Amino acid sequence: MIEALAFYIFSSIAVAAAFMVISARNPVHSVLFLILTFFNVAGMFVILGAEFLAMILVVVYVGAVAVLFMFVVMMLDINFVELRQGFLNYLPIGSLIGLVMLIELATLFGSWVVTPVIANRGLMPTPSPDITTNTHALGNIVYTHYVYLFQAAGMILLVAMIGAIVLTHRNRPGVKKQDIGRQLNRNPANSVEIRKVEIGKGI
Amino acid sequence: MVEIWDNYGLPMVWMILKIIAIVFPIMLSVAYLTLAERKVIGAMHLRKGPNVVGPFGLFQPLADGLKLFLKETIIPSGANRGVFILAPCVTFVLALIAWAVIPFDKGMVLSNINVGILYLFAISSLGVYGILMAGWASNSRYAFLGAMRSAAQMISYEVSMGLIIITVLLCVGSLNLSDIVMAQREMWFIVPLFPMGVIFFVSTLAETNRHPFDLPEAEAELVAGYNVEYSAMTFALFFLGEYANMILMSAMTSVLFLGGWLPPFNAIPFTWIPGPVWFALKIAFCLFIFIWVRATFPRYRYDQLMRLGWKIFLPLSLAAVAIVSGILVAFNLTPNHG
Repeated sequence: MIEALAFYIFSSIAVAAAFMVISARNPVHSVLFLILTFFNVAGMFVILGAEFLAMILVVVYVGAVAVLFMFVVMMLDINFVELRQGFLNYLPIGSLIGLVMLIELATLFGSWVVTPVIANRGLMPTPSPDITTNTHALGNIVYTHYVYLFQAAGMILLVAMIGAIVLTHRNRPGVKKQDIGRQLNRNPANSVEIRKVEIGKGI
Repeated sequence: MVEIWDNYGLPMVWMILKIIAIVFPIMLSVAYLTLAERKVIGAMHLRKGPNVVGPFGLFQPLADGLKLFLKETIIPSGANRGVFILAPCVTFVLALIAWAVIPFDKGMVLSNINVGILYLFAISSLGVYGILMAGWASNSRYAFLGAMRSAAQMISYEVSMGLIIITVLLCVGSLNLSDIVMAQREMWFIVPLFPMGVIFFVSTLAETNRHPFDLPEAEAELVAGYNVEYSAMTFALFFLGEYANMILMSAMTSVLFLGGWLPPFNAIPFTWIPGPVWFALKIAFCLFIFIWVRATFPRYRYDQLMRLGWKIFLPLSLAAVAIVSGILVAFNLTPNHG
């Protein structure tokens, strides 16, 4: 009973918060509602017994990704009135695209057939937490059975990261940079010059 | 009706009693941590510290609390009301809920979950929201600058903290906090993982915005940073949250590196003292270092802070993960699990 109650509380708050993400007037409020959605989804993961995924969801999405969202949204100076001006003009095109997506999704899921083997597996009870924990089970799958795919995914992410740095990094001339090693290596002999200045003459 | 009471009502009441038994001592220690800080720094400065209210100034925290409670809460007219009030509540609640998984003794823990250390890490990484929300909602330049600094700082040091936690987990083979403590029966992890313990402690200093990394509230440049617009109880909640976070981080350091509730030697005079007392002593030791650092070091410059986090701690802790796992595999020391 408690589990069902918790599920309904989490899911209804998650849906309501997700709706508020797209309807809130203030983008910072949108991000805060997004965080609320993440939290409730994490709660649903816990109900499912996927505690590791729940914690990782909070660490990665709430603790890192949403912070960056918030960082950017707070720094931007957005004019909301201007942003909403062309709303009615674009409404037909937007709704057309939405309709196409909806039909695509409907045909996709309408023709979706689950293999009988997998369908039966869904009925099997998940192993009890006493035998194997989430962490061991996930680690076994990711690092043992699918280690090459995992490595490939890591490589793709690395390439994406390096690509982003290469594309956005530019050498600006005239920027003063601090080289700690050079600063520490300075000594009075090669950085200070003592001159005898004659009175009334200057250097 | 009786069945519902037995199944749900009674455990609920029992749980609430347990929560009060944890929260009340924490609030009390937060109050007396502020006094201890002033007294210890006073002693280091050759002053007396607070000594007027009550014997040896022992009632000073109560007087401070009462003063903050009776003051008027001012909400700036330009502030975003909802977020402005939400921010201190978030900070305070996050500082308290993390204690749900901290083990005080063998089996003496509110909720002994499998992923305890991940839960702690998740909660401590959320602490940045209270500060970000406060800085943005105040609609003030100083507060906003403080919040931005704090967000960048906390994200930077979280990365190295996470990697150091991984080195500990490699030696334990479990994410459960009680298992982490029990794995230190032979030797506290501060001995084999010595440099990591120090880096972790320094990272917690940055994570709690304490000296010498207290740039978010640097009073000389930002007045008081993110909490400049807060007054009375809203300010008190920030203050309590910050100090509760200090105690939490000390507890985390004790659990990960100083052997939690375990005595230093498994011999007779040490085992007479119960586990929670050892745990409290270790937390008090870490807190003393927090205060000692505050009295000793000047504030870091902002670019130096970022350099320390990204160019020194991150490569060191990344290397430590590789080295520790290499040693564990090479000498066949990996903790085995089914």
